[in-house]
Amino acid sequence: MAEPFLIGDRMTGGYGKGPDILHDCTIAVNPGEIAVIVGPNGAGKSTAMKAVFGLLNVRSGAVRLDGEDITALTPQDRVAKGMGFVPQTQNIFTSMTVEENLEMGGFIRTDDIRDTMEQVYDLFPILREKRNQPAGELSGGQRQQVAVGRALMTKPKVLMLDEPTAGVSPIVMDELFDRIIEVSRTGLPILMVEQNAKQALEIADKGYVLVQGRNAYTGTGQDLLADPEVRKSFLGG
Amino acid sequence: MDILNALVAFTNFVGVPAIAYGSQLALGALGVTLVYSVLRFSNFAHGDTMAFGTMITILVTWLFQSWGLSAGPLPTALLALPFGILATMALALVTDRTVYRFYRTQKAKPVVFVMVSLGVMFMMNGLVRFIIGPGDQRFSDGERFLISAREFKAMTGLREGLAIKTTQGITVITAVIVVAILFWFLNKTRTGKSMRAYSDNEDLALLSGINPERVVMYTWLIVATLATIAGVLYGLDKSFKPFTYFQLLLPIFAAAIVGGLGSPVGAIAGGFIIAFSEVTVTYAWKKVLTYIVPEALKPEGLVQLLSTDYKFAVSFTILVIVLLFKPTGLFKGKAV
Amino acid sequence: MSDSVKTSLLFLFVGVLILLEGTTNVLFFSGSWNSALVILNMGLVSAIMALGVNLQWGFAGLFNVGIMGFVALGGLAVVLVSSAPTPGAWTQGGVGIIMALAMGAMSLIAAIAIWRLLEPGKLRTVAMVAVLGVGFFIYRAIFDPSVAGVEAIDPALAGNLGGLGLPVLLAWPAGGLLAAGAAWLIGKTALGLRSDYLAIATLGIAEIIIAVMKNEDWLSRGVKNVIGLPRPMPYEVDLQNDPAFVEQAAGYGLDPILASTLYVKLGYSLMFTIVLLVLLWMAQMALKSPWGRMMRAIRDNEVAAEAMGKNVTKRHLQIFILGSAICGIAGAMMTTLDSQLTPGTYNPLRFTFLIWVMVIVGGSGNNFGSVLGGLLIWFLWIKVEPMGLLLLETVTAGLADGSALKLHLLESASHMRLLTMGLILLLVLRFSPRGLLPEK
Repeated sequence: MAEPFLIGDRMTGGYGKGPDILHDCTIAVNPGEIAVIVGPNGAGKSTAMKAVFGLLNVRSGAVRLDGEDITALTPQDRVAKGMGFVPQTQNIFTSMTVEENLEMGGFIRTDDIRDTMEQVYDLFPILREKRNQPAGELSGGQRQQVAVGRALMTKPKVLMLDEPTAGVSPIVMDELFDRIIEVSRTGLPILMVEQNAKQALEIADKGYVLVQGRNAYTGTGQDLLADPEVRKSFLGG
Repeated sequence: MDILNALVAFTNFVGVPAIAYGSQLALGALGVTLVYSVLRFSNFAHGDTMAFGTMITILVTWLFQSWGLSAGPLPTALLALPFGILATMALALVTDRTVYRFYRTQKAKPVVFVMVSLGVMFMMNGLVRFIIGPGDQRFSDGERFLISAREFKAMTGLREGLAIKTTQGITVITAVIVVAILFWFLNKTRTGKSMRAYSDNEDLALLSGINPERVVMYTWLIVATLATIAGVLYGLDKSFKPFTYFQLLLPIFAAAIVGGLGSPVGAIAGGFIIAFSEVTVTYAWKKVLTYIVPEALKPEGLVQLLSTDYKFAVSFTILVIVLLFKPTGLFKGKAV
Repeated sequence: MSDSVKTSLLFLFVGVLILLEGTTNVLFFSGSWNSALVILNMGLVSAIMALGVNLQWGFAGLFNVGIMGFVALGGLAVVLVSSAPTPGAWTQGGVGIIMALAMGAMSLIAAIAIWRLLEPGKLRTVAMVAVLGVGFFIYRAIFDPSVAGVEAIDPALAGNLGGLGLPVLLAWPAGGLLAAGAAWLIGKTALGLRSDYLAIATLGIAEIIIAVMKNEDWLSRGVKNVIGLPRPMPYEVDLQNDPAFVEQAAGYGLDPILASTLYVKLGYSLMFTIVLLVLLWMAQMALKSPWGRMMRAIRDNEVAAEAMGKNVTKRHLQIFILGSAICGIAGAMMTTLDSQLTPGTYNPLRFTFLIWVMVIVGGSGNNFGSVLGGLLIWFLWIKVEPMGLLLLETVTAGLADGSALKLHLLESASHMRLLTMGLILLLVLRFSPRGLLPEK
């Protein structure tokens, strides 16, 4: 099998000098794919994603982007390398307008960012409408769109979302998932951590079920949804 | 006619001085609020930063005066101001390099920063006294009045005069220009926006590739500029004395907090609220009242609510009231 | 090196400094026992202030920059307790002043009651403002003539209410009480706020206390100062006229003038040391008690302590009052030592921020550290000036005599103080943030 575009390969590690949270955990995603990390609370889902993004110490294993080993890079350097990351909380500049949020997203770019901004507005039309409103005044779902839009401004080669639907209503969640599928259709690989396992696996090309920091089940979204073991343990039957 | 006289007296003794003083406080409070929102601590050395900038400006002014250089009707200090700003910028950057940066990399608690700023305050205060001495310095020259009370009376035929000092005019004009540039910078330029982004959400700013050290550097440059301008305007309008500048810390903090720490608009509003309250409460209203109340009710005393020595009490009382009823200030500042 | 050895050595070092000051006049030492005792006495007072601040900061993490205010209140207590009552002052207006103050307090209380009892809305605001406004004018109507009455009495010498004429030593606990009362008021309003806000609030209140003392002549004679306050020690002149004392002094080979000044100063040293030791002992007991442990637990993790059901604000209020009371006691002692109250000389750099340097340098959270810091930093504060002069003389040795720069530098030597204190504070914070004697 060819090397995936982005892979966190057999990662073991934890926060600071603390105990290991991840054990030999592997996460990968390819262009055009949505990869979803699911699992029970405390399974290390977000931790696995943060490890890929460089927010914690990976003691063994490696992270490779497009074949290049980026394990030693800081998160900022990874952004420059083309990784877009949307944190779970505090993922927008609340006091700044929507447009300024997008502008700050593209801060490291030296070329013209207007085209990208137009693309983001095309993807999230509501943002175009509210471009001059402070982002902090938007609804939960709209804020998440700002957050994703901000990350897209760097024209990333891969997009990582940490629980994008946390705390939004089911209707908004469906809409957000639709948007994410749309983004994925542009060919951008998406790696996502989700609490709402069932809905997330439905849109996933690839699913990772983590338990206590280890890969428990891996497969396509449909496979996992069909797997009786997975259904019984994680999807409530 | 009496109403007009009352109005003129009011403008002369309350309106004009309060607007000038308010502008000075607003510029000072803007500096405090910027440090607070980007570096996240209350900078107790701000008054002494103002003193330093003013001192350099005064020294350069004296130099220019000795060369016979002047700005005509305007104070020579305006020519010297850029040099004061540059020196203060250098001082601020050196202080940041040698002192604050260490604690930033350590991610020290805000209270440690405040403590450190006390040390900086001591040193700057000592430095200023060492160079220029602790005494009072007047350095305003040029035309004294834009309109003198006599001219105004002759012009209008009113009994009350309205005097506007050149320094008051300069203060207001400069403050308007400086604030306009500052807001343009913060809202329209890439660097300004990155400062706001960093102040809003540090982690996300880092993720967006904003370099914190650059943001901090720009902040100090701006703060040094604001502090020097505020200090020089205050000194031109009144006089320069290191200890007075240290004491300005209280109304400046009050202005910044009343407006909402971290909010530039709030700092300006706070500056004027504090200035107007101070002047109003400590002004002897007898003159104004004699014009507007009937003969029989004419006040006997000075009708001064508080003696001028209690002006700190005024800032402080407003501060306490705002803290009790609206802790984030009038213009929603941020709380660390 | 064990902790106690280190502590002893450091205290020994300060002791040696003071001994050297008394015995030798090389370098910056003056070789005068008089000067050594002057430094020691103010050092002891400073140590007590540092102890009070350490209680607030070291134990509870409260950032109080209004120390000057509490110290000044202590000084005011000396006037109110020990000076002789001004004849006629009470009949001329003293009663009126008290009534006016009571009136003011009542309208404040009424306003607060309205705030609490009425529903929020326009009515409440209007009622509150009305009560405050009317209250203020009634207050001024009673207050102003009364003050004028009191201040008219013999303005060159008195013009104030005077005191109770009680023994001056009673003023020390009274100073503590006065400061505690003020601390209670401030704490009630400001302690729930964030640390920077508490700092700014205390900074402000200290300025106001000084402003009141400078301006309310009926209370403290304002900038006219109260001089000749009673003292707990005899006057030097009386001692010199006492044949028994002169004879005794001659027995030690001292001339009576020197002997009398040393005798008086040593007396103060002894009294101050006793107070310091008592307070230090109490602070140590408090530190080790369950109460002290709880305080430190709150300091280290306020959220956790609150979750455990500790009433953090109430505890903070307690320790804020205690620490401020200690500063008040020290303030009363200082005014007693000077036997005069000079409101114009209170300066926050000297009475607030210098005390902070003492606490930080000594080691916050360690009572012995505060005492050490108080003595050591006070010694430096006094000696930086001659040290600076020495330094500048060396530096400017190459310059021609009478050159403007040289003159300016030598004249400015006294301003080295603030510079040096700032430098010491920054160096300690950077390289030894836990101070000379770290908290255990």
